[in-house]
Amino acid sequence: MNALKKLFGGNTRQFGMIFALVALIIFFQFTTEGRTLTPGNVINLFNGNSYILILAIGMVLVIIAGHIDLSVGSVAAFVGVTVALAIRDWGIPWYAGVLLGLLLGALIGAWQGLWTAYVGIPAFIVTLAGMLLFRGFNQFVGKSNTIPVPNDFQYLGSGYLPEVGPSTGYNNLTLLIGLAAVTFVIFSEIRRRRTAKVLGAEVAETWVVVLKLVLVCAAILYATYLFATGRPGTSFPIPGLILAVLVLIYGFVSSKTVVGRHIYAVGGNRHAAELSGVQSKKVNFLVMMNMSILAGLAGMIFVGRSTASGPFDGVGWELDAIAAVFIGGAAVTGGVGTVIGSIIGGLVMAVLNNGLQLLGVGADLTQIIKGLVLLIAVAFDVYNKSQGKRSIIGLMMQNFNRPTGGPGTTLQPDETTSTKETIAREA
Amino acid sequence: MSSHTTHTDPVILEMRSITKEFPGVKALAEVSLRVKAGEIHAICGENGAGKSTLMKVLSGVYPYGSYDGDIVYQTEVQQFKDIRASEHAGIVIIHQELALIPELSIMENIFLGNEPTKRGVINWAEARQRSTELLARVGLREDPDTPIKEIGVGKQQLVEIAKALNKSVKILILDEPTAALNESDSQHLLDLMLGLKGKGITSIIISHKLNEIEQIADSITIIRDGKAIETLDVKADGVDEDRIIKGMVGRALESRFPDHTPKIGEVFFEVKDWSVGHPAIQDRLVCKGSNFFVRRGEIVGFAGLMGAGRTELARSVFGRSYGRFINGHIYKDGKEVVLKNVRQAIDAGLGYVTEDRKSLGLNLLDDIKATTVSANLKKISRNSVVDTAKEFAVAEQYRKALRTKAPSVEEGVAKLSGGNQQKVVLAKWMFTDPDLLILDEPTRGIDVGAKYEIYGIIQQLANQGKGVVVISSELPELLGLSDRIYTIFEGAITGVLNKEEASQESLMKLMTSARKAA
Ligand SMILES: Nc1ncnc2c1ncn2[C@@H]1O[C@H](COP(=O)(O)OP(=O)(O)OP(=O)(O)O)[C@@H](O)[C@H]1O
Ligand SMILES: [Mg+2]
Repeated sequence: MNALKKLFGGNTRQFGMIFALVALIIFFQFTTEGRTLTPGNVINLFNGNSYILILAIGMVLVIIAGHIDLSVGSVAAFVGVTVALAIRDWGIPWYAGVLLGLLLGALIGAWQGLWTAYVGIPAFIVTLAGMLLFRGFNQFVGKSNTIPVPNDFQYLGSGYLPEVGPSTGYNNLTLLIGLAAVTFVIFSEIRRRRTAKVLGAEVAETWVVVLKLVLVCAAILYATYLFATGRPGTSFPIPGLILAVLVLIYGFVSSKTVVGRHIYAVGGNRHAAELSGVQSKKVNFLVMMNMSILAGLAGMIFVGRSTASGPFDGVGWELDAIAAVFIGGAAVTGGVGTVIGSIIGGLVMAVLNNGLQLLGVGADLTQIIKGLVLLIAVAFDVYNKSQGKRSIIGLMMQNFNRPTGGPGTTLQPDETTSTKETIAREA
Repeated sequence: MSSHTTHTDPVILEMRSITKEFPGVKALAEVSLRVKAGEIHAICGENGAGKSTLMKVLSGVYPYGSYDGDIVYQTEVQQFKDIRASEHAGIVIIHQELALIPELSIMENIFLGNEPTKRGVINWAEARQRSTELLARVGLREDPDTPIKEIGVGKQQLVEIAKALNKSVKILILDEPTAALNESDSQHLLDLMLGLKGKGITSIIISHKLNEIEQIADSITIIRDGKAIETLDVKADGVDEDRIIKGMVGRALESRFPDHTPKIGEVFFEVKDWSVGHPAIQDRLVCKGSNFFVRRGEIVGFAGLMGAGRTELARSVFGRSYGRFINGHIYKDGKEVVLKNVRQAIDAGLGYVTEDRKSLGLNLLDDIKATTVSANLKKISRNSVVDTAKEFAVAEQYRKALRTKAPSVEEGVAKLSGGNQQKVVLAKWMFTDPDLLILDEPTRGIDVGAKYEIYGIIQQLANQGKGVVVISSELPELLGLSDRIYTIFEGAITGVLNKEEASQESLMKLMTSARKAA
């Protein structure tokens, strides 16, 4: 009984998101008569959304720190056009182009970070200005033309892992990545359990963990199978690979490093963080700068995928990225959110888009549905916050989840502090 | 239980075997409470005993259905679904963290959500007249148009009561109303409560200041570990502070301060000519050329009225985290140090425990372990990667040492009771292993037993050769704890007294005059 409750009494945002994602996939798999989970479609889905997911990684950090970035689409477009021009007009090789793009992203990020962190202008305003500024720069620099990029640069946005090794009928590198992922998941889980036990911390029951591992590994292996059996010449896409690497890096940084802790601390309570020695200005600067670097990267991947840079690249991306982050469980007030959650949130949106497209639903209806999904997802979250129980999936996601007080945190409004005294003093 | 005389004091409120559980915590187990009409009923108990939870059940913060048991009010079983419902019935709760909006005026706050209207338009003339009356009733002489942020905590508390009176309150619940107030403001509030009692309003008060309870309460219900232990009739049973403590902790507490023989060494920390400007107001100084020093192993007290500038002094010394630095020097171990930000201050061996836990001391989204290590991540990380195993171990060690009441160190700090939150904050600063620890109101909202423990911790730190600065509004605390006490008045240090020469009177005199002493 209790176990059943644990399995189905899902109340955490992780459960909600994963459940929604799986349910959506199953739903579309049925309604599209199996056209959803085909190698071609899955590869397509990844290719078509990787740049949004990359933006979501940066965006979740920005939102955790308590800000927002509206300029990412324009920044992506500006970096894209600059790199395309540099490659065409100066004849620099593709990798120099990438480097230039990242550098430009960093510069733009430093600019926005400066205004946000050191001048103290709300990021909403700074990046709203940035949105206009860099869109303008994109069209000014590119003279509102489309600028093609050479083949080797296109590889970045539409390439696949090459065929190597013996002919197995599958793409060998993809298989290897899949196996590595499974091994990694199993080993990290075992290690985590062992340390938890040594410390005498609470550990989930064995069957929960086994079930978790079986489900996660099955999902990974199935995805591997899909990617490895696509049309000849296709396999795991390069943008997907870049994304995976970024998720690993940023997931690690946000949950396991001092910088990550500081980002959460600043977003959770800036004053308390400062009085604990966190240099909040530096943190804010870094977070904003990082966002623009990732926006630059996303822009280049997009240009690579669409073979040319254009004046309307990246329009509306900021909204998709922000939606992904909030569906993924971040809080508008800052301090809450996870990288992996945002990726799942982004995937929910992506699957929805893709499925509706396959069903032939028009753009109008798609937008309406997406809007409602965002609203419902966050409402679900708000509701859960007032409940505050942990589900089995919540336990399963623990290692991705930043250790916090959990979602059931209702503040105690009594007690002995005098906020208003401080407010008064600081006013 | 004492017998009750039903004909003179009808029971206005009865809570019958209330049980309230949070995930993993049983906060209340079959607690019953009987409150007689027109009395002042106090609820006492240690931190985390369940006092606030019981009052939140009563006032509909936790709605009907989220707890077991019955609330019988005016002979009827009530099922409040939210705070509005209970307010409608005449039960008003005032939380310590007041629900006032700093930008709005006193009048606007009093009528917030309850605006008098005439054909849908707010009738400000009526509002003004009524708020003038209400302010007179609570004894607050302020213009109703004054913004809330411009009046002190004590007065804000009165505005809250005025707001409650406007809702025609029958039972007024005050959760630790005097914790942040100084003595005279507290006294005013207590007098007001007695006045309201005269007008037939029933009050329920939660407080850790037992002398106040003894002074005004008619009955006291004691809660321990989520259970109601006893209800005392103050007059009939001749209740005094020691009797309350015995009920709360289950045994008599011999003294309020642990024995301590100070081992005072040489001066190691010194601040000279410290002047700091107000952060917003151009020509106003919050510290006026202050000089003070701390010896190794010494506990130094800072006494002063609310707003005298004690916190401002401490925070500006602590990495200039308050105000505009104007001039001054800090010497540590004989060498001048320049501390331009909190990071540098921590690295130089300073620690500062803020008076304001919720808004300055804690990230309420964090759990105990993350909070404990948050000011010294360096110590538990390698190459900037946090060792979560070490983090857990450290937090666990402090939880045991300070006897923090929590199911585990993975509990969110927002779920802890006030006193236990304070212990977590203390743990956080002890883990930075500072040479000089500044404690700003370290026992605010803390029960007598935990106070004793915290005093013990402070003395232990001093015994290790550290310097401790204690800022407190409770003079008995300063007198019991400090080896030397500085007094501050309007931003200037007005005197310093050794333990032997200090008394409430001598301190009070220095705290209220600008007379410069040596
Ligand atoms: N929202 C919550 N979620 C989980 N546990 C909670 C919550 N609120 C209170 N508790 C727990 O319930 C118990 C009683 O808390 P409560 O706030 O009523 O204590 P208290 O008697 O008011 O203590 P204090 O004197 O420190 O204010 C504590 O163990 C606390 O940790
Ligand atoms: Mg309480």
